[in-house]
Amino acid sequence: MLTINNLHARIEEKEILRGINLEIKPGEVHAIMGPNGSGKSTLASVLAGREDYEVTEGSVTFNGKDLLDLAPEKRAAEGIFLAFQYPVEIPGVTTINFLKTAINEIRKYNGQEPLDAAQFLKRMREKAKLVKIDDALLKRSLNEGFSGGEKKRNEIFQMAMLEPTLGLLDETDSGLDIDALRIVAEGVNQLRDGKRSFVVVTHYQRLLDYIVPDFVHVLYKGRIVKSGTKELALELEEKGYDWIKNEVDALEIA
Amino acid sequence: MSSIENKDASSLKAELIADFHLSQAKLNGKAALPIHQLRGEAMQNFDKLGFPTIRHEEWKYSNVSNLVKQTFDFHTKTEFNQADLDKIPLPHLTGNVLYFINGVYNAELSQIATPENKLKVIPFSEALAQQPELIEGYFGKYANYETDAFTALNTALAKDGVVVQVADNKIVEEPIILRFISDVRLANVGSQPRNLIIVGKNSQVKIAEAYRTVGDNAAFVNTVTEIIVDESAMVDYYKVQSESDKSYHIGTTQVYQKGRSYFYSATVTLNGGFVRNNLNVVLDGEYIESHLFGLYVPNGKQHVDNHTVVDHRKPNCESHELYKGILMDKSTGVFNGKIFVREDAQKTNAYQNCRNVVTSDEATMNTKPQLEIWADDVKCSHGTTTGQLNDEAIFYMQSRGIPKKEAIRLQLLAFAQDVVTQIKIDSIREYIEELILEKLEGA
Repeated sequence: MLTINNLHARIEEKEILRGINLEIKPGEVHAIMGPNGSGKSTLASVLAGREDYEVTEGSVTFNGKDLLDLAPEKRAAEGIFLAFQYPVEIPGVTTINFLKTAINEIRKYNGQEPLDAAQFLKRMREKAKLVKIDDALLKRSLNEGFSGGEKKRNEIFQMAMLEPTLGLLDETDSGLDIDALRIVAEGVNQLRDGKRSFVVVTHYQRLLDYIVPDFVHVLYKGRIVKSGTKELALELEEKGYDWIKNEVDALEIA
Repeated sequence: MSSIENKDASSLKAELIADFHLSQAKLNGKAALPIHQLRGEAMQNFDKLGFPTIRHEEWKYSNVSNLVKQTFDFHTKTEFNQADLDKIPLPHLTGNVLYFINGVYNAELSQIATPENKLKVIPFSEALAQQPELIEGYFGKYANYETDAFTALNTALAKDGVVVQVADNKIVEEPIILRFISDVRLANVGSQPRNLIIVGKNSQVKIAEAYRTVGDNAAFVNTVTEIIVDESAMVDYYKVQSESDKSYHIGTTQVYQKGRSYFYSATVTLNGGFVRNNLNVVLDGEYIESHLFGLYVPNGKQHVDNHTVVDHRKPNCESHELYKGILMDKSTGVFNGKIFVREDAQKTNAYQNCRNVVTSDEATMNTKPQLEIWADDVKCSHGTTTGQLNDEAIFYMQSRGIPKKEAIRLQLLAFAQDVVTQIKIDSIREYIEELILEKLEGA
């Protein structure tokens, strides 16, 4: 589904990704972990098409297409969804109208008829239940005045509405309390259907207690320096990142 | 009046002064009437003041030098008729709809729906010629023809417009829509409409002024509206401008509010080459409420200048002001908002806010809030912001599948909504929404 090959990216003069290789197959959940500043969020942003980053080398193919060649909205229409670490407040645009526009733009791109009001409402009711999001909240301006937890739940709700094939969760667990963490994670789990894949970017193990990954990768200095299964995450939780840092730094010196 | 000299005057000034002498000569002995005395005084003031230059503090960012170099026909006879009107894409307007073509009332196109016991509508020309006593108590009593050159000019030379009188204790359900059309298909045309709106005690009415140009020549509209809101009366007042790039619009709306009255306004400038709106509100009684909203969306090289004055003279009143601008291409905007809180006006609440989005590096916005407060127990605040669209918000929308262009349009539209939704005449609000959508296509 997604193949990342030797991906290098920089912001201004600073190189952040320095040769990422990753293969994601349908239905898989990959966790990307690593210390602060290792490039985790950058990877998610580059995949979603954020303009601030410049890809200097490497390639990314998504379902056979050159992803890096597509504008962000086209990536979304192809089935990529980024749940933001810091969801943006958009005054004057309600979540409902926003999603109606988004869904129908994506449908248009894929040669489908727009959803009518009844179909849209039905889908909305169904998906709102997934993350226990209140109707009243959806009628308000997008994310405006939402609490941290509400914003993150809204991200997962939007993902459920847009039905992507690849979900990128960028530190979705940050700023959540215990209950909100569980609700968000359960929402994601219900979207796991054996075909939809996820990349879960996180600093901590705790989200992975709920969203159990198939693979765990450790990012450090812009490269994946270790890959393993869910046990790797547990090991990291226990031992921290220093042992990996030391290993890598020792190699670099050598 | 023969002493007026104009050696170094602009051609437009000379033309207007000559015009005044001609009209004086036709007065047939009525020149001694107070109203014509006042017009004479106004003309003297204009002659003394001349057209303002950018050295004038109030005209620092709005340069009329291109206007005063041109000539305009103020007496053109137009054949503008229903067929011409049908060609303009307009909303279906119901209620009292009055048409003024090149400033002259057109009875044929107009319709009056409200019965006369509630609402009296008289063309200004008729009031001036036949019933000066009707307007003498109000005309020129509010708008400043002493130091404002354009108001002086209008006061001296206005030929037509409308006098609207709402009786006491009446609710006028049907809106009053005044449509001013500059027909410049054949020549440069100037017009100076004068409107007087008197709303009786405890009455309610919605009024809209809409301006438009038809044709490719230049238009000069110098309009003055005086609105008197009597005790406990409620007035909604909307000004909608959709004029051509070759038009000059200078308009003053002077509002005088008495105790416990309520004035609610929105000034929406969709198009116009050069626009200067003065909205001056005097709160001369207790427990008055005033709301001033504004929206301007200039593109190309359009210039829109909004000057407002909110004058709190008595205690326990409140005023709210919100002006918003979207400036595209090489357009320029000006907002100057004055709030006066006089010594007597304790317990005043006065709020002012001006927010702008600039979508191009070449567009500019000048804002200047001016608060002068002489009372000590008041709550006043003001704020102005001018910024660009939020890139992060655009990326956020794109990441959900919304194309960049549409994301920008949605955001601008949302920005404008705060003001557009204030307009309570549905047909006009929908018309504005449509025009804004269209205009933002190019953002």
